[in-house]
Amino acid sequence: MKIAVCIKRVPDTETRIRIAGDGASIDETGVKFIINPYDEFAVEEALQRRDKAGGGEVVVIALGPDAGQETIRSVLAMGADRGVLLKAERIPADALAVAKALAAELKDGGYDLVLFGKMAADDYHHGVGPMVAELLDLPCVTAISKLELEGGKGVAEREIEGGVEVVEFALPAVLTAEKGLNTPRYPALKGIMAAKKKPIEIKPAALGEARAIVTSLSLPPDRKAGRIVGEGPDAVPELVRLLRTEAKVL
Amino acid sequence: MNVLAVTEQRDGALRKTSHEVVWAARLLADAMGGTVDALVLGAPGMDAAGAKLGEAGADRVLVAEDASFVKYAPCGYAATAAAVAKTGGYGVVLVAATAGGRDLAPRIAARLDAPLATDATGVSFADGKVTASRPVYAGRAIQQLRFDAPVAVISLRPNTFAPGSAGKAGTVSKVAAVTAARVVVREVKAAEPGKLDVAEASVVVSGGRGLKGPEHFALIENLARAFGSAAVGASRAVVDAGWRPHAEQVGQTGKTVSPQLYVAVGISGAIQHLAGMRTAKVIVAINKDKDAPIFQVADYGIVGDLFEIVPRLTEEIARARAG
Amino acid sequence: MAPRFEGVDFYDVGSLLSEEERAVRDTVRQWVDDRLLPVINQHYLEGRFPLQLVPQMAELGLFGANLPEEYGCAGLNNVAYGLIMQELERGDSGVRSFASVQGALVMYPIHAFGSEEQRKTWLPKMASGEVIGCFGLTEPDFGSNPGGMITTAREAAGGWVLNGAKMWITNGSTAKVAIIWAKTGALDDASSIRGFIVPTDTPGFSAKDQKGKLSLRASDTSELVLEDVKLGKDALLPGSKGLKSPLSCLTQARYGIAWGAVGAAMGCYDEALRYAKQRVMFGKPIAGFQLQQQRLVEMLSEITKAQLLVLQLGRLKDQGKASPQQVSLAKRNNVDMACDIAREARRLLGANGILAEYSAMRHLANLESVYTYEGTHDMHTLILGEEITGIGAFE
Repeated sequence: MKIAVCIKRVPDTETRIRIAGDGASIDETGVKFIINPYDEFAVEEALQRRDKAGGGEVVVIALGPDAGQETIRSVLAMGADRGVLLKAERIPADALAVAKALAAELKDGGYDLVLFGKMAADDYHHGVGPMVAELLDLPCVTAISKLELEGGKGVAEREIEGGVEVVEFALPAVLTAEKGLNTPRYPALKGIMAAKKKPIEIKPAALGEARAIVTSLSLPPDRKAGRIVGEGPDAVPELVRLLRTEAKVL
Repeated sequence: MNVLAVTEQRDGALRKTSHEVVWAARLLADAMGGTVDALVLGAPGMDAAGAKLGEAGADRVLVAEDASFVKYAPCGYAATAAAVAKTGGYGVVLVAATAGGRDLAPRIAARLDAPLATDATGVSFADGKVTASRPVYAGRAIQQLRFDAPVAVISLRPNTFAPGSAGKAGTVSKVAAVTAARVVVREVKAAEPGKLDVAEASVVVSGGRGLKGPEHFALIENLARAFGSAAVGASRAVVDAGWRPHAEQVGQTGKTVSPQLYVAVGISGAIQHLAGMRTAKVIVAINKDKDAPIFQVADYGIVGDLFEIVPRLTEEIARARAG
Repeated sequence: MAPRFEGVDFYDVGSLLSEEERAVRDTVRQWVDDRLLPVINQHYLEGRFPLQLVPQMAELGLFGANLPEEYGCAGLNNVAYGLIMQELERGDSGVRSFASVQGALVMYPIHAFGSEEQRKTWLPKMASGEVIGCFGLTEPDFGSNPGGMITTAREAAGGWVLNGAKMWITNGSTAKVAIIWAKTGALDDASSIRGFIVPTDTPGFSAKDQKGKLSLRASDTSELVLEDVKLGKDALLPGSKGLKSPLSCLTQARYGIAWGAVGAAMGCYDEALRYAKQRVMFGKPIAGFQLQQQRLVEMLSEITKAQLLVLQLGRLKDQGKASPQQVSLAKRNNVDMACDIAREARRLLGANGILAEYSAMRHLANLESVYTYEGTHDMHTLILGEEITGIGAFE
C-alpha cells in the first residue's frame, strides 16, 4: 500500500505567543516547533496500514522552510520510508494555495491513501485536506476517529454534534485524522538513527497565488479578572445569586 | 456583492446555527450593499422550514432537494453549493463551522477556486474587501484574514453570531440539486438520547483530575442535569486517562466551546484547556487550589473541596430553577 | 496536570547537540511527561518500581542504548546516552537507576568482558526488556572498599561454585540474571576478582527486598545470598580481571549518573520557577521577592555549569579520551549540585514542598542515595585528591 502523509511544522501548542514587529505574525524567537499534533494520528495510521498490508511505502510530505526537514526526520524516525519537502519561504495563510502545491506533488504519485491531520493547531484551518481531495477529484472523509479498509473500500467514522457519522468511500481517498483514531508511537531510538539514512527530497513548492492575507495578528483581550466568591460549600448560595442577578445566566 | 448563506438541517429541521449564519449574512450584505440568499439542502419537503429563513434575514431562500440529501452528502452538497455560488454574484459564501460545515466549506472553496477562512468569530467589509476575524494558535491570538479574491468562503464559529429578525418574509424557490455519491454517509449513530454536545450546549459543566476517578463524574452529570440542558465536558487529562470519551474533551485537541455558562470543576486550567473555553460568556471555577490558573479566567470562583461544593451547588441550582 | 517540560537551557547548549541527539532527548522527555510522571507518585508512595513501564522503555530502546545495533541495542553515542539518563532522572532517580543498572552494570560488562556467545545470548534479551539484570559487587561490610569482598568462586568439576552475600542491589528481586563479582583466589587477593553471569533461578541463589527505604522508593533494592551456587564454566566473564573490571562498570554508570543528576536538578528548578511565578503571597507572586530570585538564579547557574560539564565529558568519552577521574569529578559535582537544588526547591515551595504532589521532596530524598551510591561523594573527593596530588589518602 502506498500512502502519503502530509504534515505541518507548527509552534509547540504550549508556546506563549508574542506578536512580531510586523504585527501580522508571531515572534519565533525561542519558539519550539513540533509536528502538528493531529498529523501524528495520520502518521500512525499510515504506518499501521502499511505494516498490515505487508508492504508498501509511507511518504511524508511537508511544505515550508528548510526547518521542516527536522519535522520530516521525526516522522522518518517513527518509521516512514522517505520524505519530500516542498520548499517555501513561509507557509501561506491561504489554505488553497497550500493545497494546490500539495495536489501538484501528489497528483502522479500513485497513492492509495493520502492522510492529513484534521486541522493545523496553529492556523486552525480544517481546509487543506479536503481541498487537496477536491483538486485531485478524490473521495474524502474528514476528522475520522475510526477506519476500516477492506478490498479497496473503506468505512470511516466521524464525530458530529450529538452523534457519529458512518461514512463509506472507495480508495484511493483522502482522509483527515481526528484525535482518538489511534495512539501515535514514540520514535524508537533505533528509528532516530535509521532516519538519518532515509532520503528527503527537496523541491520548490508550486504554491497557488495567496489571496488570503493576514493583515494583523493580535493577542485576545484578557478576560477581566473575576473574583473568588468564597471558600467551601457556604459560598454556593452567593454564587447562585450572582449567576442569577449579575451574570443573568440562570 | 451578495452573500450566500449555506444552511444546515438535521432530520428536516434547520439547525440553530443556520439562523446565526443567515443573520451574519444579512449584516454583511447590508454593509456590502447586496442581498442575502440562503441555500437549503435536504430531502424533498424542505420548503416550509426554508420559508422561515426569510424572517431570519434572507431575501431569497433557495431550496435544493434530493432524496440523497436526507443526511449530509459531502460531494452532493459541495457540488450543489458551488454551482449555486457561481450564479448569483456572490462575494462571500458563509457556512457554520459545525462538524458538517467544517467538512463542507473547504470543498466549496476548492470548487470555486476561492480562499477560505475557518471558524471566524467576526466578518467585516471595508474598502471593497472582506476580512474575517478568527482565533488562531488555539485562541491565543486573533488573526485578521483579508481576501483578495472575487469570492471567499467563510465558516462561522457556532454560538458566536447572534441570530436576528428581518421582520419580513423571503421568497422560496427551488434550485437544482447536483448529486454525486463518492462518499456516502451510511448512517448516523446518535449519542444517548437527550445527551447534548459540548460544542452546542448553552451550559457546559466540565470535570478534571480533581474528581480523582471516573466514578465521581456522576457529580458532574448531576450538576449538568440540574441546569436543565447542560452538556458534560472534560479536561484532556481525564480523557487521556480514559475516564471520559474524547467527544467530551474541551480544549486544544478537543472542542472549542462558547456557551453562555461554563462551569469548570476540578480543572486547574492548563493553557490548552483555556484555549477551548475562554470565549464562554460566563465562567465559573471550583478548585481546591486558589492559585490554579483557571481562577484567572473565571468570572466567579469558589475555592474548596469540590466533593462538598458540587452537591450543594446542584441542590441550589435545582432550587433556583424550580423557583 | 503539570505543563510539559521544555528543558532548561540558558546557554543554548541544545545547539551543540546534533539533530539526532536532540531527537533522542525529546523522545525520552516526552515519554517521561506522558507515561512516567503521571504514575511516579503512586509508585513512590507505595514503594514499588513501575515494572509495567519496562516494555515501553525497551521499545524506545533505552536499555544499553550506547551498545552496538548487532546486539539489538540502539548504537547511540555517549552524549545521546547521557541525555537519556538526564531525561529519565528528571522523572525519577529510581527509574534512571533501573536503566543504569540494566545498561551500564549488566549489559556493559557482558559486552566488554563476555564471550561472543554470552553477548549473543544475553544482550538482545536485555535490550528488549525480556531479561532484567542486576549487579552484585557491594557487600554488607564492603561498600567503599569493594576489594575487600569475601564472596568467593571456587573451581569445581565442570564449573564454579559461588558463596557469599551482596547488598544494596538495585533490581535484585526482579532480575533474571545477576552479574556477580567474586574472588577466585585468596581473600586478600583483589586481583583474583572475576565476574560471573548467574541466572537468578540457579539453586542456592536468593534475593530479598530491603524494606524501610525513605529514598529511591520507586526502585527495588535487595540483598542477595549465594549459597553453593553451582555454575557451568561458561558462567565466567572471560575478559574480566581484577577489581578494575567492576570499577570500569562503575565508571560507565557514574557517567550516566552525572547526566541524570542534571535532569533531577532541572526538574526541581522548573517546578520551583513555575511555582514561584504562580504562588501569590503578600499580594504578589513569590518570584517577585529577592530571596526567591536568588534561589532561582543559583539553581540556574549551577545547572548551566553542570550541563556544560557533562556535555564535554560525553564528547571526550566519544573520542575515547574520558578518564575515570574526569567521570568522578562530574559525578561528584553534579550530584552534589542536584542535592542542593532539590533542597532549595523544596524550601521555595514552602509547605507544599513536602507533598508528593510536587517532585522536589521526592528528588531530594532520592538524591541522598545517588550521593552515596556508585562511589560516595567523599570517595570521589579522594580519587580526585590522589589524581591531582599524586598522594593517595584512602587508608
